Amino acid sequence: MNHNLPKDQEFMLPASGGFIVMTLFVAVMLNWLPWGGWALVLRPDFVALVLLYWCTHKPYRVGIGIAWMMGIFADVADASLFGQHALAYAVLAFGGTVLHRRIQMFDMRQQMMQIFPLLLLSYATYAAVHWQVHGLIEWEYFLGCVVTALLWIPLTILLQNLRHPRIDPDEL
Amino acid sequence: MDSTQSFRFFNRGPSEAVRLVFFVILSLLLLFVDARYKYLESTRAVISVIVYPFQRLATMPGEAWHQVGVYFDTQSRLINDNAQLRKQHSEDMAQLNTLQVLQNENAQMRSLLGVPQRVNYPMQSAEIIYVERDIFKRKVIVNKGARANVQLGQVVMDDIGIIGQVTRVYPWTAEVTLVTDKGHAVPVQVLRNGIRAVVFGSGDISELGLRYMPVSVDVQVGDELVTSGIDGTYPPGLPVAKVIRVERDPAYPFARIVCEPMAGVGRNRLLLIVSALPQLPPRPEPEVAAPTDGKPVNPNKRKAHES
Repeated sequence: MNHNLPKDQEFMLPASGGFIVMTLFVAVMLNWLPWGGWALVLRPDFVALVLLYWCTHKPYRVGIGIAWMMGIFADVADASLFGQHALAYAVLAFGGTVLHRRIQMFDMRQQMMQIFPLLLLSYATYAAVHWQVHGLIEWEYFLGCVVTALLWIPLTILLQNLRHPRIDPDEL
Repeated sequence: MDSTQSFRFFNRGPSEAVRLVFFVILSLLLLFVDARYKYLESTRAVISVIVYPFQRLATMPGEAWHQVGVYFDTQSRLINDNAQLRKQHSEDMAQLNTLQVLQNENAQMRSLLGVPQRVNYPMQSAEIIYVERDIFKRKVIVNKGARANVQLGQVVMDDIGIIGQVTRVYPWTAEVTLVTDKGHAVPVQVLRNGIRAVVFGSGDISELGLRYMPVSVDVQVGDELVTSGIDGTYPPGLPVAKVIRVERDPAYPFARIVCEPMAGVGRNRLLLIVSALPQLPPRPEPEVAAPTDGKPVNPNKRKAHES
């Protein structure tokens, strides 16, 4: 496994536009799976996670604009208010982009601790809009934030492996 | 950084903060408009056209799994349901049969209820419990006997007319000889013109015979025969039979008159036993009968009979 790749090297791995679109697409699909009951409460926000990954790793490719677009799609799909997800994702993308150098300095466990407040901020934005419009806050909604943060490490490993070019023919 | 990005190093557009502010304001605007004015439903509809196929794609594996599950589940459940429904069906059929039997019985009982008002004799109802196994005898056993004050010779009828006569009485049951029994005779009158006759059973369930009537007798098909009351056994005026065939052959001294019983002799299960027989004075000893015995009639005996 190459998740113990040198940090700067990892962040310099190439990423094609198609690959980024594909990862976002898969994340959207995962989000739209028919979750229900407790699974829905604990459902991690894959789109937020992947967006955050790309915002921290390729901040000049994926930024606030793309995040906002994804948010608009999510709003339509979830039948939430127009701009609710968009606002949350824009805030998240801003945090990721601004902090990407700082995040690059850490190893994965520390990265997780760094991105958790960003996710929390994003979730809080969403919840705040919900509160302003509907007048109540559903606190169990924030459980999904914790689960999403915990998924940071597996996601990073997975995407690293997918991005890693197979130069060595002996490598499986 | 990637070498490709270093070309755009000086041309990255507005700063992150500016972008954030832009998109946040855009989002808030959208939110405000959407929450307040509902102007964006058409926009939402347009975007949903793009989004919908992907949503379907995301839910497809789950749906397929569900469908497969439903298929197998349905299969086994249908088999179970089928077996259960069959069982239920047979049970219900049995109950339905019982219901029909009860309905028939109820209708019959209602018609029997009307009889005492018409006929005006004390009666009690009885139920047939056995039928004589001998095919040459037309006899049935009813569930009322001496304990229920059934007496020998009492008349048994249904809601239409005479069925038979009590011929044996046991403590809890009684034997009823039906009018169709061979050798059973009922004194009758033709309702139309009052001709007296005696109707005999033929041993057949639906045939009675009017015997010893001359060829020229005034009996027609469709005549009703009612009990005449002669002999004291049968109360007068109860319907017995209806003439269905009259054969007048001059070669024979008597006409052959076939009747069918009016009461449901072979049909009903519930019968009425007429309790009180009309009290007639005892029959006088026949004077002409004495010489046939070859002995003189003992006057004391006659006296004893009369008392």
